[in-house]
Amino acid sequence: MSAFHIKAALLPDGTRTDLFVENGVFVESASNATVVDADGLQALPGLVDLHTHLREPGFEQSETVLTGSRAAASGGFTAVFAMANTSPVSDTAGVVEQVHSLGETHGYVTVRPIGAVTVGLEGQRLSEIGAMAQSRAKVRVFSDDGKCVSDALLMRRALEYVKTFGGVIAQHSQEPRLTEGAQMNEGALSAELGLAGWPAVAEEAIIARDVLLAQHVGARLHVCHVSTAGSVDVIRWAKARGIDVTAEVTPHHLLLTEQLASGYDARFKVNPPLRRDEDVLALREALADGTIDIVATDHAPHPLEAKECAWDEAAFGMVGLESALSVVQASVVDAGLLNFADVARVLSIAPARIGLLDGYSAPFELGSAANFTLYDPAASTVFGVEHLHGKSVNSPYLGRELPGRIVTTVHNGVATVLDGALVEELDRG
Amino acid sequence: MKHLLSTRDLSRDEAIQILDLAEDMADAGTREVKKLPALRGRTVVNLFFEDSTRTKISFEAAAKRLSADVINFTAKGSSVSKGESLKDTAQTLAAIGADGVVIRHGSSGAPRVLASSGWIDAGVVNAGDGTHEHPTQALLDAFTMRKRLHGDASRGRALDGVSVTIVGDILHSRVARSNVWLLETLGAEVTLVAPATLLPVGVETWPVTVGYDLDAAVAAKPDVLMMLRIQSERMNAAFFPNAREYSRQWGFDDERLARLPEASLVMHPGPMNRGLEISSGAADSARSTIIEQVANGVSIRMAVLYLLLAGGAA
Repeated sequence: MSAFHIKAALLPDGTRTDLFVENGVFVESASNATVVDADGLQALPGLVDLHTHLREPGFEQSETVLTGSRAAASGGFTAVFAMANTSPVSDTAGVVEQVHSLGETHGYVTVRPIGAVTVGLEGQRLSEIGAMAQSRAKVRVFSDDGKCVSDALLMRRALEYVKTFGGVIAQHSQEPRLTEGAQMNEGALSAELGLAGWPAVAEEAIIARDVLLAQHVGARLHVCHVSTAGSVDVIRWAKARGIDVTAEVTPHHLLLTEQLASGYDARFKVNPPLRRDEDVLALREALADGTIDIVATDHAPHPLEAKECAWDEAAFGMVGLESALSVVQASVVDAGLLNFADVARVLSIAPARIGLLDGYSAPFELGSAANFTLYDPAASTVFGVEHLHGKSVNSPYLGRELPGRIVTTVHNGVATVLDGALVEELDRG
Repeated sequence: MKHLLSTRDLSRDEAIQILDLAEDMADAGTREVKKLPALRGRTVVNLFFEDSTRTKISFEAAAKRLSADVINFTAKGSSVSKGESLKDTAQTLAAIGADGVVIRHGSSGAPRVLASSGWIDAGVVNAGDGTHEHPTQALLDAFTMRKRLHGDASRGRALDGVSVTIVGDILHSRVARSNVWLLETLGAEVTLVAPATLLPVGVETWPVTVGYDLDAAVAAKPDVLMMLRIQSERMNAAFFPNAREYSRQWGFDDERLARLPEASLVMHPGPMNRGLEISSGAADSARSTIIEQVANGVSIRMAVLYLLLAGGAA
């Protein structure tokens, strides 16, 4: 494992300093260090994604822990939380330990598995939450993402039960009956296109119910991929009442709107769906004022054939790890709503805090694990498949000009990206 | 015109051009030899992923009258029902050498995906896609209105000021959507009447007047009253309580027929549920254009195939 001397890095707080890394941690100085010139680059703490689909086990044609880890590293991430909708579902200690250990083996990022709330994501019985929490994977986040824990009693029990293990339920808020067959945001455009609507109320009603349940039982709730202005209002109200709720927004919901559905190009089909301009603006403001705590990618790889078909036959989801920071810059940083200290908060410090991931609370502190990325916000590129490092290419940004470029990523002192290129053989000492 | 995917894409001039060309095709159909040589050597594939007898035979008759070779590809019992994708089917048709593809598909937007995919270079005609559009149905409806209202002086004219009331399941109707856009383009005034459950969210942004009351709509003396088919499975999804109540509130029965002006047209895209959305008395009355609509459908589809495949203007 080589030592690093990062010259003239601009830290999120605006100070410019040299950084030294040795034996995986930040140190005061290091000899025989590889010198990295960070002049003009923004240093950020290693990004943490609370919402990634790594697809392994079961859907290795879409992504594996290795390919997803590489995609993450190339996007500046040093830790990802892997969603539970694998096959078999991550609802037992065995599966989450497997995913966790694959992450350790590959080493590109820290992989923290998310456990399913219910057995098989079927919404019937609680899965073995305690066994997963006590496993080597130390699961703290539980989610049936892809499906909503729609049964109110089961949701109440889940919120209560995870308190036992200091966990949190990350809810995919989607009232199932209101969204049967749903294809895109319900409104004038879905009416014109003849695509079944996914009404905003189906998200907002579940969030409203869940924040009240969380208040009633004194539990902690995390709301996945908030997509509507109405949801923002509900969460703002809940936080004002002191309810222990956190919320995430995806990069694509900060930048893209439902108009992209009008050509029936299934790359733009995602769940929750792309919404209206006013929703995008409300989400940006909510991220700026702290109503929404974090950005999480909902990176959802799918093979080509799942998208090369009629819209309602296509799979939901888009990849997002590689483009996340650029899209955040394009949507909220360049617009002046967030600075890079805020970016460090919403893409690293806060998601690590919500997911109870250690080592991210005080970035760049001497003695702490060296997880960081160097980012060139002045760069600009037309996003293409060559920027994707996972197995799937279902990105909504292909052909679109995006700002910024990840130049270097270091995970626990090991460079995973150097000079803008993914490191093929990690130097793990 | 390379494809016909929706009436929303049609300009007023293009729409009138199709209607006028259909007049020519209708005239040719009155001759002893109905067949025209225009598309000799061209291959038209009827690619039907959904059951449809009426639309398919109408397109088949249209293509044959233009001397095209017609291949019928029905999804049921074919490789498509065994999981073959739209992409593979399209590439197969391209390899066979199809010049035109008439596609009916259960998924909204499937014809546009086919036309923009690069899988096949043929002209694509949307013969009904999901709950999106059915452009040739709207064109034949407009043709029928124009013919009834303007007779032999139809050529070159639009439908300015004609009041058209469309009644029924607007939410799931591709016929209604195609009619709304085309009728607006042609200058007609459209009113939609349905229970609120069968109107799409966002309908207030459409260029129409919306109402819930069929009796009020009849009392407004529309030039055209178009009834849409109501599917009985909608009852099970709680769109309305039962067929009896639907029929009482939104069915065009003999009593309502009696209150409609003599000169008003009664239209239905078929197939009809007699006794549910329309009574036999109304369907078979002199004001009904239902049989003419079928006949005019062939002329319209000839005009569309001609424009797409014979290359350019008439």
